[in-house]
Amino acid sequence: MKATVTSSQIDRVFRAEYGRAVAVLVRALGDIDAAEEAVQGAFAVAVEHWPARGIPPRPAGWIITTARRLAIDRLRREATKERHAQVLLLQAFEEPREEQAMGDDQLRLFFTCCHPALDPAAQVALTLRLLGGLTTAEVARAFLVSEPTMAQRLVRSKGKIRAAGIPYRVPAAQELSARLGSVLAVVYLIFNEGHTASSGEVLARDELCAEAMRLSRLLVDLLPYEPEVQGLLALLLLVESRRAARTSADGALVLLADQDRALWDRRLIAEGHSLVRACLRLNRPGPYQIQAAIQAVHTDAPSVQATDWAQVLQLYDQLMAVAPSAVVALNRAVVVGELEGPARALELLDFVSLDGHLLHAVRADLLRRLGRHLEAATAYQAALDRTQNAAEREFLRQRRDSLPGIV
Amino acid sequence: MKQYLLNIYQPDGNPPPPEVLEPIMRALEALNAEIQAAGAWVFAGGLHPPSTSTVVRSGGQEMLMTDGPYIEGKEHIGGFTVIQAPDLDAALEWARKLARVTTLPIEVRPFAFGSFE
Repeated sequence: MKATVTSSQIDRVFRAEYGRAVAVLVRALGDIDAAEEAVQGAFAVAVEHWPARGIPPRPAGWIITTARRLAIDRLRREATKERHAQVLLLQAFEEPREEQAMGDDQLRLFFTCCHPALDPAAQVALTLRLLGGLTTAEVARAFLVSEPTMAQRLVRSKGKIRAAGIPYRVPAAQELSARLGSVLAVVYLIFNEGHTASSGEVLARDELCAEAMRLSRLLVDLLPYEPEVQGLLALLLLVESRRAARTSADGALVLLADQDRALWDRRLIAEGHSLVRACLRLNRPGPYQIQAAIQAVHTDAPSVQATDWAQVLQLYDQLMAVAPSAVVALNRAVVVGELEGPARALELLDFVSLDGHLLHAVRADLLRRLGRHLEAATAYQAALDRTQNAAEREFLRQRRDSLPGIV
Repeated sequence: MKQYLLNIYQPDGNPPPPEVLEPIMRALEALNAEIQAAGAWVFAGGLHPPSTSTVVRSGGQEMLMTDGPYIEGKEHIGGFTVIQAPDLDAALEWARKLARVTTLPIEVRPFAFGSFE
């Protein structure tokens, strides 16, 4: 009947259900490695049986049941007294039948993987591996490290979770918002790495964006009353909506002002806007919601001239109040440039304590608009010296070379 | 229950003047009492400065001995507290209180064989 289950169908189930199954098994087994091993074992059984028998109606349930049986078998083989007690516990363990209960386990796993006691790079790797179901090789490729290096990073972090006793639970209400901050930061970091990676394979990076949006949607399902969670998803969708317009056919970078707005993804924009409206109604603004609102103003405008810059500036002022940073100050200066001209923006740059390529690129552009071409050329060069991204370098080089009187 | 070592890192040099140190020591005593009342207390101690340290190494036949701390640095362990806690979050909560009271950085390290109960 369903005798033609392809390996790509199984791969899809693997990707969709791996995180859920691992989350449930971590709670059952109290150990991440044992949970991963059991779930991988269950998928190996699936690869063997599903092609002939078809994919079961509840693949997640099937994987979880099979993984639990494998874990019990394994513990029985080890046959120590302690193991025997664990087998009894596992047999009594009730598998969650409800989506809700599986969701709770996933949320616990999010908070474990994104615990602030772990290094941020490790938080990202663990989240992609355990909740995203990416293989170690895929995570390694996305972050341009060798597979053994990434494997070592994962082993070390899981070792710390076990030895230091990082708990597997959703934090209590009074610490939830602080701890949620580090979960959202990890998802945002994954997206950003895919969106503006300083280098790396295009395909692996697109996959990171898609994975970040999937994790972000999952978090919205799990925490529907946390406006920052919705704010983050809205932000990711609205940035993603411009992907097709961000680069030209030859891969060169296209600035917001020069983008063909017909290429923007209207479906993502509509979803992003409705999320922004929904979370603003909750009236608990935070950095992700404000950034999403800024993106909403941009994606609302039919052209760069028609952008409501006054509203954008107001939102940047709000963002500076809740989450001040040099990057926010730099962006705010750019907006002031749109409202009051490049000279005023240039003055503001003196107060921005950054030395990345972005600051120099913005300074160069303002100097160019003021007709100070020699200084602009120097600033473009300073920006060029500070980025390895090929598209950005090409863009900066073109800008520099098209300055009047510069050869 | 797991056991955790809370290391207190102190800058080298002269201790702060009494009017600064005394309120800190009083607050530290109060915190220690709180840890004891919560059943989390295992052991604690303050140390003499690193200038009083001696490092001993086994050099084959003979023992090698050097004056001073093992690692040269601007900060050394000035004291420590050993606590027991159900998980890292609970241990970090005590560490936060210890950091607030001492105004010094606290390193939290789990014991390798932590469950003595």
